[in-house]
Amino acid sequence: MIELADVHKRFGRNEVLKGITASVEKGEVVCIIGPSGSGKSTILRCINGLESYDSGAIHVEGLRVDRDSRSIVAIRTQVSMVFQRFNLFPHRTALENVIEGPLFVKKEPRSEAIARGRALLARVGLADKADAHPRQLSGGQQQRVAIARALAMQPKAILFDEPTSALDPELVGEVLSVMRKLADDGMTMVVVTHEMGFAREVADRVLFIDGGVIVEQGPAKSLLNQPQHPRTQDFLRRVLHPL
Amino acid sequence: MEKFARDAVEFLPILLNGVALTIIVTLGSLVVSTLLGLIWAMMRVSGIRTLSWVSAALINMIRGIPIIVLLFYLYFVMPDLGVSLTALQAAIIGLGVAYSAYQAENFRAGIEAIDKGQIEAAQAIGMSWWLTMRRVILPQAVRIVLPPYGNVMIMMLKDSSQASTITVAELALQGKLIASSTFKNTSVFTLVALMYLTMSIPLILLVRHFEKRASHR
Repeated sequence: MIELADVHKRFGRNEVLKGITASVEKGEVVCIIGPSGSGKSTILRCINGLESYDSGAIHVEGLRVDRDSRSIVAIRTQVSMVFQRFNLFPHRTALENVIEGPLFVKKEPRSEAIARGRALLARVGLADKADAHPRQLSGGQQQRVAIARALAMQPKAILFDEPTSALDPELVGEVLSVMRKLADDGMTMVVVTHEMGFAREVADRVLFIDGGVIVEQGPAKSLLNQPQHPRTQDFLRRVLHPL
Repeated sequence: MEKFARDAVEFLPILLNGVALTIIVTLGSLVVSTLLGLIWAMMRVSGIRTLSWVSAALINMIRGIPIIVLLFYLYFVMPDLGVSLTALQAAIIGLGVAYSAYQAENFRAGIEAIDKGQIEAAQAIGMSWWLTMRRVILPQAVRIVLPPYGNVMIMMLKDSSQASTITVAELALQGKLIASSTFKNTSVFTLVALMYLTMSIPLILLVRHFEKRASHR
């Protein structure tokens, strides 16, 4: 459902994506791993048009991603995104954050949006926090609200951009377990992450990116347990055994 | 002191007429400057280069012309171009245009202070530029913008006295007229000063309230 063909992207002189070709099937969970600055997040941001790309093509459900075209709204309502720093709207409650898109972008009736919003908050374990403002919530709770906000758009896929990197270690688990439930329910997910345990257990496939290219890709368990490429081996050694 | 009290009782009704006009000029030009300032600021942050350039040029032009000259232009020159305004209209538009430049810069600073992640989150749920502004950016920018906005209100109240130069009989002009016919300069201008101060104090308190609220979050 998501296809990238020879995607190139440069920031000034710095070419961050040097020909990315990959695809994500419906219902698949794909983790993107790699050193920081390797272009992982840029790939996600190109898929929903937060970032433009210079050449190649990205298609979502057959629709070409072009951030300057009107069709970008259709793509964004089908592919939600969860950010590293949550990016909840601080002036709105948890429930208001969740129903904002359904109400104002999809123009759903208010009562319907609220009912579904409450159900989604319950699904991420925050039924009792509907009226809390983001500043009253922990990082883990904020990120779970952000996941509910993404789900509220009834997307066909969700992009996760390092969803646990800004969290205190003891809060990582609650977010990962919500994500795991989503994966079990069959949601299509692309996850940029440093959580190798999550990638091993939940992902169908893992892409290892370094220097703007896909160095190695394959089924999660085999890639993480028996990496073939020396750069993948080196990266995994450093991540798994930092000392 | 007793003499001052007697003068006060005598002149106060006339001066209060001036106060009414001062308030009308201030409120009117506040509305005009806010609307124009919002338009300039929106153009400035639109991301469309031509709009942003036009807005920047306008703001700089307005900033470079003294208010009094702007008022003269509207009141004395516009009739030659076939547009005649009453003194009150010219005063409200002139002060409104003059202050729109400061309002615009204030609004722009408030908008640009909002975390870029907010715009991305809005875009990621499919919001258009306009919807992002209305639902996400402006409601947050208001808190940042209010304290300086209150200061602009105080400045506008005082600068409304410049309308006297184009015959608007607001507080300052009423005072001047009474003073020149009675020669009671001390009483009259002390009264005028006290009346401006009385009108400013609620605004000053309002600014303090805004500042407290802004620092709370």
